[in-house]
Amino acid sequence: MMEKKYWKDYQREIADDDYFYHRSCIRQTFFPGSEALFLKILKNELGKNVTDDPNLHTCTGIGYHSDVVPFDTTMTIVARLLSQMNKSELKNFVPSCVTTFGLLSEVLDTWKHFPEELEKTRKFLKEATGREFKIPENVAHPSDIIYKNRKVLKGKMKYQLVNKETGNPLKVVEHIGCHYAKIFPENTTGGAEFPQVLAGMIEAWEGKVIDYPERRHCCGFGFRQYLIMANRGYSVANTKKKFESMQPYEPDFVVANCPGCAMFMDRWQYTIAEMEGITYDKNKRGIPVLTHEEMTGLLLGYNPWDLGLQVHQVQVEPLLDKIGVVYNPDDKYVGKSGIKLSEPQRPKNI
Amino acid sequence: MDSWGFSIAKTRTIDIDSVDFKVLARLTDKVPSAKRCIMCGACAATCSAANFVDFSFRKTHLLFHRGQFSNISEELDKCMLCGKCKLVCLRGVNTRAIIYNLRIILNDMNYKRIAL
Amino acid sequence: MKKKNVIVIGGGPAGIEIAQILSNYSCNVTLFEKEPQVGGQIKRIDKLFPDFIVQDEMMQKLISNLEKTDIQIHTDTEIKDIEQIDNIWHLKTNKEEAFTADAVVLATGFKTFDPKYKEELGYGIYPGVITTLEFEDMLKAGKIQTSAGEEPRRIAFLNCVGSRDEKVGNHYCSRVCCINAVKQSIETKELLPNAEVFCFYMDLRMSGQFYEELYRKSQEKHGVNYIRGRISEASSTFDHRIQIKSEDTLAGLPLKMTVDLLVLMIGVEASEGTTNLSAKAGILGEYGFAKSLSLHLKDNLTKKEGLFLAGACKRPSTLREVIADARAAAFEVVNYLKMEING
Repeated sequence: MMEKKYWKDYQREIADDDYFYHRSCIRQTFFPGSEALFLKILKNELGKNVTDDPNLHTCTGIGYHSDVVPFDTTMTIVARLLSQMNKSELKNFVPSCVTTFGLLSEVLDTWKHFPEELEKTRKFLKEATGREFKIPENVAHPSDIIYKNRKVLKGKMKYQLVNKETGNPLKVVEHIGCHYAKIFPENTTGGAEFPQVLAGMIEAWEGKVIDYPERRHCCGFGFRQYLIMANRGYSVANTKKKFESMQPYEPDFVVANCPGCAMFMDRWQYTIAEMEGITYDKNKRGIPVLTHEEMTGLLLGYNPWDLGLQVHQVQVEPLLDKIGVVYNPDDKYVGKSGIKLSEPQRPKNI
Repeated sequence: MDSWGFSIAKTRTIDIDSVDFKVLARLTDKVPSAKRCIMCGACAATCSAANFVDFSFRKTHLLFHRGQFSNISEELDKCMLCGKCKLVCLRGVNTRAIIYNLRIILNDMNYKRIAL
Repeated sequence: MKKKNVIVIGGGPAGIEIAQILSNYSCNVTLFEKEPQVGGQIKRIDKLFPDFIVQDEMMQKLISNLEKTDIQIHTDTEIKDIEQIDNIWHLKTNKEEAFTADAVVLATGFKTFDPKYKEELGYGIYPGVITTLEFEDMLKAGKIQTSAGEEPRRIAFLNCVGSRDEKVGNHYCSRVCCINAVKQSIETKELLPNAEVFCFYMDLRMSGQFYEELYRKSQEKHGVNYIRGRISEASSTFDHRIQIKSEDTLAGLPLKMTVDLLVLMIGVEASEGTTNLSAKAGILGEYGFAKSLSLHLKDNLTKKEGLFLAGACKRPSTLREVIADARAAAFEVVNYLKMEING
C-alpha cells in the first residue's frame, strides 16, 4: 500500500552563482554555527562566489510583523539593503532568514503590482541616504541553494542520514517556514502544499521524510503572538500540536529552514517538558532539531561543536551516535580559546 | 522555572473521533424527528427566550450532534418551553421533545451544572 | 429529392437519442464515438438518482433502439476538425478520413475535473482519497473497501471539488454532485449499515424533483450526517487513514476527524472534444463549453447554420435533461432540413 508520490512539478528559478548573503538578526544567537557554515560550504565545497557584507542590517521583518514598523519604512530599509548590492555588482540576493525571504517576496511583489510604491521608495531612500538601488534578479533562500546542489554535496559527504547500527534510513521530520512557502507558492520548488526544498535534500541524502498529519501546520512563531509573554501559550500550543502529531512516527530528528521554527521546535520541547512533564520521544530526552545548514555540515563531516550544536536545547549526541559521526564528547564545552566553559544544568524533565 | 507567565492554550477544535455517538442515539431513539433537522434556524428565529438571553436552539441542537455536551444543560435552562419553535419547524422536528429529553440524557450523564 | 446527410458527433445518451430519432426521417445519419463503445460517461454509474434505476438497464434501452436502426456507427473514431464551406460541413477524423454533412449535431459531452490539482486534498497521494466515479466503481462491484481491502468504518464525502472554485478557474456549479453525494451516502449506508457517513457541503443544492425528499430520507432512514463546511486539507495518519480538517460553520468551530475513505465529488468540465470542436467551429462558450444561440428559445441552435447542440456539451446537465435536450435538438434538425418522416 505505497502512497504514490505526487509532488507538484513546479521548479523555481534558483541562481547559479554570485550570491549576496544577508544574515539574520537573531539566528546567530540561537544557532551560532549555521551562517558561517553556509558561507564555508559555498566557498570551500562548491567554489561559489558569495559576498558577506559587514554593512548590512535588519530587514525590519520582526518590527513589521509586530505592527511596530510601518510598511513604508520597511520598504525603504529593504531598499537600502538592496543598494548595498550595487557596490559588489551582484544580482542574486540570498537572505539567511525565512522571514527576510518572505518579506523580500512581499516587497518585490508590491513593487511589481504597484509601481508608484517603487517610485515612492526610491524617493525616500534618496532623500534619507542619497542611495539608489536595483531590483535583484533572483532572490533565493540558502536552503534553495543547498537543495540545488544536493547531489554535488552528496559526493562530498562523509555520512548519510542512515542509522549506522541498523542500516535503516533515519526518519526525518522536515519543517518549512510559513513565509517561505505559504505566502508566495510560486517562490517554492514544489509549491506550498508539499515543498520540496528540505524533502529533496533528505531524500538525496538517504533519509526518509515523515509525512505526518500536522506537517503543514505553523509552528506558532510569527512575532506578533509571541513577543508578549502573556500570549506565548498560544504560540506554544501550535508547536505542541505538531509534536503530538509526529510522535507516533518516532522521528530521529527535525530539520527546519526557518530560524524561528528551528528555535521554537527546539526550545519549546523544554518548555512543554517543564510545564506538563511531556516529552515526545521514547527516551524522554527530546527530538533533536537541526537547521538545514547544521544537517548539511554534519553530513559533510564538520566537527559538531564547530557547528554550534552544543547550545541546542535538546541534546544532539543521540543523533550523532545514530549517524555515526566521530566527535569528541569532552570538547563539547571547550571554547575556541581552548578554555573549558561552564556547563549548563540539565533540566528536570528532558 | 516555576512561573512561566503563560499557560499553553487548549484546543477548541471539535474532534469527531472522540465523540460518543451512543449518546446521540439516546436522543434520536426517543425523538426520531431530530434526525431530519437541517439547521435552518427557523426555531432560533422565532424563539421567545432568544430575544433576551444568548440562546439559540439551533446551535445547541447542533453542538449536541457534534458531541460538545459540556454546557448544553445550562443552555436548555434558558428555554421557556413556549412551543413556538415546534410550530415553525419546516422539517417537523419535535423541538420541545428534544429539550425535555436532552435534559434527561445530560442529567443522567451527570454534567456539572453552573447557575445561570 | 436527394437524402440529406446528418452527422452526430458523440455517442453518449444525447448522441444516441438524437441519432435514433433522426433515423426515422429522410436522412442518412452517421454517428461518431471516440471510445470503443457507445454509451458515454454515464456508463460508469451504477444507479441513477433520484430513483435508483439501474443505469445499465436504462442505457441498454437507448442503445438497443439505436442498434435497431441502420445508422452508420463509427466507434474508436474521434472528429478532430470541423469546417463549414458553402453550407456544407466538412469533418476530419483522427484517422485522417473526411466526411461531409448538411447538418452536424455536437453531442460531445463533458469530462470530470481532475482533483490532483487540489493538492491539499491529497488525491493521487493518499490511497484513501478517491473520486465519486471511483466510488461508483465500488458500488457497481457491490463492495466498498479501503485500499487495504478492509471495510471502512467512516466515510466522508466532500462536495464542490473543482466547482465554484476560483483557484481552478471553474466558477460555476456542476449541478449533479450534491444529489450524487446524497445518493452515494444512501448507497453506502445500504451496503455498510454500521458505517458512519459524513457529507461536507457549502450548500446542499437539491434542485430537482424528489431530490429534497431523498435528502430527508438519507437523514431519517439512513442516519447520514451533514456538516456545513468545507474540508480544507487531508493528511495521512500513522495507521494510513485520512485526517481531515474542516470548520463546522453552523457551530463556528473548527472540526477534525479521521476517516477511512474520503470521496471527492468532482465537478463537470467541458470535454476536450467539446472545447476543441467548439473552438474550431467558432461557437466556443464560457469554460470551454459549446455556446448555444439563445438560452431560452434557441438552446439547440448555434450561430452557425446547420450546427446543432445536444446534451452536456453546453453545460453540466442531468441524464433526464440530456435526453430531453437531444429530442429537442432532433426537432430543430428536422425543421432545418425540412425533412419528412419515413413512411
